[in-house]
Amino acid sequence: MPFEVYLNVAASGLLTGLVYGLMALGLSVIFGVVRVVNFAHGEMMTLAMYLTLVLFGALKLDPLVLLVPVAAVLFVFGYLLQLGVINPFINRPEHSQFMLLVAIALILVNVQLIVFGPDAKGIRTAYSFDSFQLGKLIVDASKVYAAGAALVVAAALFAFFRYTLLGKAIRACADNYDGARVVGLNVKRLYALTFGLGAACVGAAGAMLMVVTDVTPAVGPAYTLLAFVIVITGGLGSMPGALLGGLLIGATEALGGVLFTPSAKSMFAFALLVLVLLFRPQGILGKKAS
Amino acid sequence: MNRRDFNKAAGAAAVTAAFPPLNVRAQAGSLKVGVLLPRSGVQAGIGQDCHRVVTYTAGILKDLGLPGLELMNADTESNVDVARSRTERLISEGAQLLVGAFDSGQTTAIAQVAEQRGIPLVINIAAAPPITEQGYKFVFRNFPTAPMILGDAFANQLEVFQATGVSPKSVVFMHVNDTFGQAMQKGFTGVMAKFPAIPYKVADVIAYDPAARDLSVEVAKARASGAEALVMVSRLNDAILITRELVKQRWTPSAILSMGPGWYEDQYLKTLTKLSDGPLHFVPWFDPNKKLAKQVEAVHNKAFPEVSFGTNHVFTFEALLVAADAFKRAGSANPKALADAIRTTNITDNVSTGPGIQFDAKGQNDKLKNSAIQNRGGKLVVVAPKGASNAKPELPMQPYDKR
Repeated sequence: MPFEVYLNVAASGLLTGLVYGLMALGLSVIFGVVRVVNFAHGEMMTLAMYLTLVLFGALKLDPLVLLVPVAAVLFVFGYLLQLGVINPFINRPEHSQFMLLVAIALILVNVQLIVFGPDAKGIRTAYSFDSFQLGKLIVDASKVYAAGAALVVAAALFAFFRYTLLGKAIRACADNYDGARVVGLNVKRLYALTFGLGAACVGAAGAMLMVVTDVTPAVGPAYTLLAFVIVITGGLGSMPGALLGGLLIGATEALGGVLFTPSAKSMFAFALLVLVLLFRPQGILGKKAS
Repeated sequence: MNRRDFNKAAGAAAVTAAFPPLNVRAQAGSLKVGVLLPRSGVQAGIGQDCHRVVTYTAGILKDLGLPGLELMNADTESNVDVARSRTERLISEGAQLLVGAFDSGQTTAIAQVAEQRGIPLVINIAAAPPITEQGYKFVFRNFPTAPMILGDAFANQLEVFQATGVSPKSVVFMHVNDTFGQAMQKGFTGVMAKFPAIPYKVADVIAYDPAARDLSVEVAKARASGAEALVMVSRLNDAILITRELVKQRWTPSAILSMGPGWYEDQYLKTLTKLSDGPLHFVPWFDPNKKLAKQVEAVHNKAFPEVSFGTNHVFTFEALLVAADAFKRAGSANPKALADAIRTTNITDNVSTGPGIQFDAKGQNDKLKNSAIQNRGGKLVVVAPKGASNAKPELPMQPYDKR
């Protein structure tokens, strides 16, 4: 097989991986601070995708522009969800949190099914069928734009946590829950803010994904699983780890598909996960539990 | 409950159990038909499409002088295990005949339960050959098996190649990696050998996940094989994804020869507009010249003007037609009597292409024929077989970037 096929496929996998990485970043942020595993992550992603679809129909704006209002709506959704529903479960056993979030996921899937039906729905932009040709390399234009937007959003999130007081306060909560309370931080509010930020990441990723693929209510659980594979590979709670995990999973699936058989490409992502769990259980960029 | 009440209840139960024909006769005013379809999950779109027929069949059956059916709907959720449990539940709730279930894997599970419980199953759509190779006595299929579809597909392809003067020399065979796709893949090479006039060689076989969100790798691999044309066994969403990738990867095959659903469905045509033009489909279809086909299509178009009449509707309707016809002839809802009546079905005024509905000793309608249809200007035209066509085939496909 010509070398450029591998190159094309690897480029496509890396670009898609960046968007998946942004989605997983939301999961990692939520777990890193709130210590709650969001089992409704993929379903929140499809919610964002449908919201993008509705706004696109009403406003005729590019999904990459719509990612701002969609992220804002998802932020509010996440904030209220954490404040009103999840906070009472913070100190309860993990299985209670698990059941709560699975229930939320089921509700989201079924509401989407009722409202939007089971058929795949997509958005057609002016560049939906465009591609860039660089010599023998053909790159999907939609994936380039979506990956670029994912990098910008991820950079903004990194900057927020590193350079703003609010970001530092959230990191303080993550590092030392009791210490944060002792110095007077409103931990519950900060948790809600963090869940909101994680949801906003998912919202932005959902808007970007609408440029690349279609949405059906049924894909929500698949995205949840994908987000877990990515964050566990990259390191649960590590923000750069989530992006790296996305890139690795994207490239592994793509190259595994072309080298062996495409129908088994997910198998290679899980094989990578197993290797990471065996040889570096904390994930590639994760920290060992003390 | 005291001892006397218990004895009364037990006695009543014993009398009821001892005279099942009387019990069933008492319910023979209508037949309880359990309709199993994948109305949610990956195949939800197609399952719901099949279900549309359920909403308007009663009036047509009445016009034909057939008895009414009491339909009990169940959603298999596109899942084999759910299909099995829903079948059990429908039977416990009184279903006397089953219809379903679009997907071969789910239908296999339903057939096992139907046979164990002695309830007739009339399959609307499912092509995997083993379903009617198990020696089942209660399972009937009015849909061609994968080898039948393939055999007719090759015959129709030869007719199309001859009519257009375009004969691809190599193809890539791409198929969904599910029960139907695998059955078609297994049958493809064997059946092709029986058609030495087929001009192409298979450069590569690519299987892919039916729930895939991205098929760029698959299309890149197909393109790299250097093949001229694509032979496809798809579902709906993957057909759309593959077309998008073909456009993005700047490859227009000389022909797309589809042997499954997806490429001719309304959503495919609406989503891709002018990019949907060109693919050829070799599928179980309806004979537009048949009287009942015209009647059912008219009712369908009135009920669902936005949805084109096609395979899903034809065979779901005919499954219900078989049920009503058997119920009328059996004069009973007794499952064994129904099965015996179905075995002797002989409906010549039907909808699908071919001489009519009859079942062989295995419960298979082996007389069904396929048609070749092509997407043209957002509509479907029948291009083969010659006697049942309303347009001439057009090949090679117009390049995607020149539309």
